[in-house]
Amino acid sequence: MTSSDTRKSLVLHGVVLVLLFAVQFAASDYMTLTLTRMMVLAVFAMGFNILYGYTGLLSLGHAVFFGAGVYGAGLTIYHLGWPVPLAFAAGIIGSAVVAAGIGALALRTVRDSFMILTMMLSQVGFLLVLYFNTVTGGDQGLSLPQASRVFTLAGASVDLAQPVTRYNIAFVLLLVTVALSFTLLQGPFGRVLRAIRENEARTEMLGYDVRRAKFFAFVISGTVAGMAGAAYAILFGYIGATFTGIQYSIEALLFTLLGGAGTLLGPLLGTVLMTMLIDRLSEITSAYFLWLGFILIALTLWFPKGLLGAIRQRWLPWLT
Amino acid sequence: MGLGPFFFLATLEGLVQASVLVLTAVGLALVFGVMRVVNVAHGEFFMLGAVTAWFVSSLFPDHPAIGFIAALVVSPLFVGTVAFISDRLILRRLKYNAESTIVATIGLLYVLQQSVLMSYGPDARPVDPPFYYTIRLPWFGYSSYKLFVIAAAAVLLGLIWFALKRTRWGLIMRATQFDSETAQAFGIPVERVYSAVFAIGAALAAVAAVLIVPIQQAHYLMGTDPLLLSFTVVIIGGLGSIQGTIIAAVLIGLSDGILSVFFSPTLAKIVSTLLVALVLVFRPNGLFAKARR
Amino acid sequence: MADVSFLKTEALKRHFGGIKAVDGVDFTLNRGEIRAIIGPNGAGKSTFVSLLSGRTEASSGRVVFEGEDITRLPAFKRVRKGIAYTFQITNIYRELSVVENVAIAVQGRFSNDASGARHPAGAIEPEARAILARVGLAEMAERKAGELAYGHQRLLEVGMGLALQPELLILDEPTQGLADSEIAGFCDLVREIAKSATVLLIEHNMDVVMALAGRITVMSQGRILAEGSPDEIRANADVQAAYLGK
Repeated sequence: MTSSDTRKSLVLHGVVLVLLFAVQFAASDYMTLTLTRMMVLAVFAMGFNILYGYTGLLSLGHAVFFGAGVYGAGLTIYHLGWPVPLAFAAGIIGSAVVAAGIGALALRTVRDSFMILTMMLSQVGFLLVLYFNTVTGGDQGLSLPQASRVFTLAGASVDLAQPVTRYNIAFVLLLVTVALSFTLLQGPFGRVLRAIRENEARTEMLGYDVRRAKFFAFVISGTVAGMAGAAYAILFGYIGATFTGIQYSIEALLFTLLGGAGTLLGPLLGTVLMTMLIDRLSEITSAYFLWLGFILIALTLWFPKGLLGAIRQRWLPWLT
Repeated sequence: MGLGPFFFLATLEGLVQASVLVLTAVGLALVFGVMRVVNVAHGEFFMLGAVTAWFVSSLFPDHPAIGFIAALVVSPLFVGTVAFISDRLILRRLKYNAESTIVATIGLLYVLQQSVLMSYGPDARPVDPPFYYTIRLPWFGYSSYKLFVIAAAAVLLGLIWFALKRTRWGLIMRATQFDSETAQAFGIPVERVYSAVFAIGAALAAVAAVLIVPIQQAHYLMGTDPLLLSFTVVIIGGLGSIQGTIIAAVLIGLSDGILSVFFSPTLAKIVSTLLVALVLVFRPNGLFAKARR
Repeated sequence: MADVSFLKTEALKRHFGGIKAVDGVDFTLNRGEIRAIIGPNGAGKSTFVSLLSGRTEASSGRVVFEGEDITRLPAFKRVRKGIAYTFQITNIYRELSVVENVAIAVQGRFSNDASGARHPAGAIEPEARAILARVGLAEMAERKAGELAYGHQRLLEVGMGLALQPELLILDEPTQGLADSEIAGFCDLVREIAKSATVLLIEHNMDVVMALAGRITVMSQGRILAEGSPDEIRANADVQAAYLGK
């Protein structure tokens, strides 16, 4: 990528972010809430995309990392009364640990085994949440007390019950994720991941420590997902077993596939579109996942590169 | 009831579960073995079989035996057809690529599952067994239908084994599994074999479901457990190896049944999932490590 | 006395179940040579070379490179020590551009540079283009590697090997699939490479072997059958017998 390509890409991403920030001034309260949710879920999908789109490893159990963040933050608030910033950190660290543990196991396998293994280990996480339901609240879940959702940051009091506050926190989270991903993936590490995705054997024979690179990608991917989970729990004040369930793992895949795997903004686009679609559909039927199933099949058959992936291929080769 | 008889009861229950599991797992093993694809929707074929059985038997409200026999015929045929179509429309177009197939079958899982939710509804509905007869054992009464299930599974397994080892059809399937390129060179229509195998695998799951539905009720979410268990069986039993699958199914079905009786079902699931996860870790060359040319 | 050999193997073996692919090979390679390994199919050449590059693990025996025992070293670390390997079946990044293919190799060398030299990110691409020029692929730089003709893909792979600035470059049947017109150019390239690296090649094309090799090692049934200059090998009765079959 030439530096002018990088500049074009940077400008595009900057514009998108500015627009996202500006929307809040025109949006209704309901829209603001929905967008907040979308942004947090987009961070989840972006974390997933680091592993799937950029490194070429399909994890079918990313919900376990999201869940680790949810419970890391949620339980420390609920049971230990920790203040929000500390709980957030706990969520991130918790998911990093889980990612390291699962990565150490899962990366010993390849292809189908890897996919199945990540699915199963995630399922174990889900079952453990159910099994220890006295602590976790199991299926029913736990609501975080109102009082816990006010905290002080750098002297200012932050009240998470305010939609505007939540929106901007989610926005900052997204901004940080985009910035970090951009730096990481544009640089040499991104090149290594891409090389691994395209041809692992070749990359090994060029002297790269492929195992270590994959492990880093895995842990970063899981930690970003966990960061989204911690944010979700804190911003919406609820933790529950569904966040570790297979549906969340499939949604991460679906959002990323639709928007364009291997593109930075693809997961964001996919999340926005799919969340809107799901919201419409679930008003009509409780079986909305039927349509998600069709979309998944259609994507694999006819549209594997997703929206931004196809755009990048046809018109904008400089798109990150 | 003393501990001994209780354990015997648990074992019988385990055997019933194992019978159903072995049929489902062999269906999955055939698909794994011959087509080298992971079908995440396999559990939904099972569920579809059960729901179809309920539907068919509801057409014969006063004659459960006839309803049962009808279900035993119609259900595998219907489910097999659904599978056949799925293979033709989807899997074949994806050229059986590992990653795309998994993602597409996940989509298929949701399509099947939620279609049933929309048409059949979220309730669990019972089906009458074809006959009620309690066998009086010294310690407890036991349903003769459950014993029938065990016997039926054994007979079916024998038929499958015979078909695979002794008939021309079985030979074609085994040849395709062993080396599909050479098989094609010998004029074997590999793609058609794949469609047929996919259909047969699904039909087997449907038969298993028809057998179990008088004992368990038909519910749109009932596919998840059989999926996980048959994955476990096939992975532990050794892919493509029918004998291994049978042994593993008996062991796992038994232990899952017994564990569920003595401990919580959730714990049983955690243990079996972790077990197969560990097996996967120590098969670092992927699911299809068994030498394929 | 210090061991100053470039590359040697001692009693190197690799068994697959009952098959003895490499069955006790004592091999020595001197710095600056162009050595060809020839032998009938199934002789164990590719397996042997796999053992050298680290893609296959030895069942027993030792591999010593520049005085260091690298037998247990994983493949990527051997690359960092200076052993580069090109695959028998061309193995490049088909979906990426030609220049990007080489850039990945260059970045690999830069990041593993133990000499402490600083390599700014901007230096990668110019270096990659220079290497492309060296192998004669400069005009194809922006094209997708998978779209290249097979002969050019081969050259690209050699270029990637060169980008690593290896001490030892192992070429596994490099002229296979090349047109006759391309082979001559390829031989020139190898001679040029040999000025800065030791070259070990497996070849079936006898013309290439005779033209390039300083010394030839003949393998048969997992062992070294004979070693010597091209003339010596040509005249060797055992070698003729091995090729004509027993």
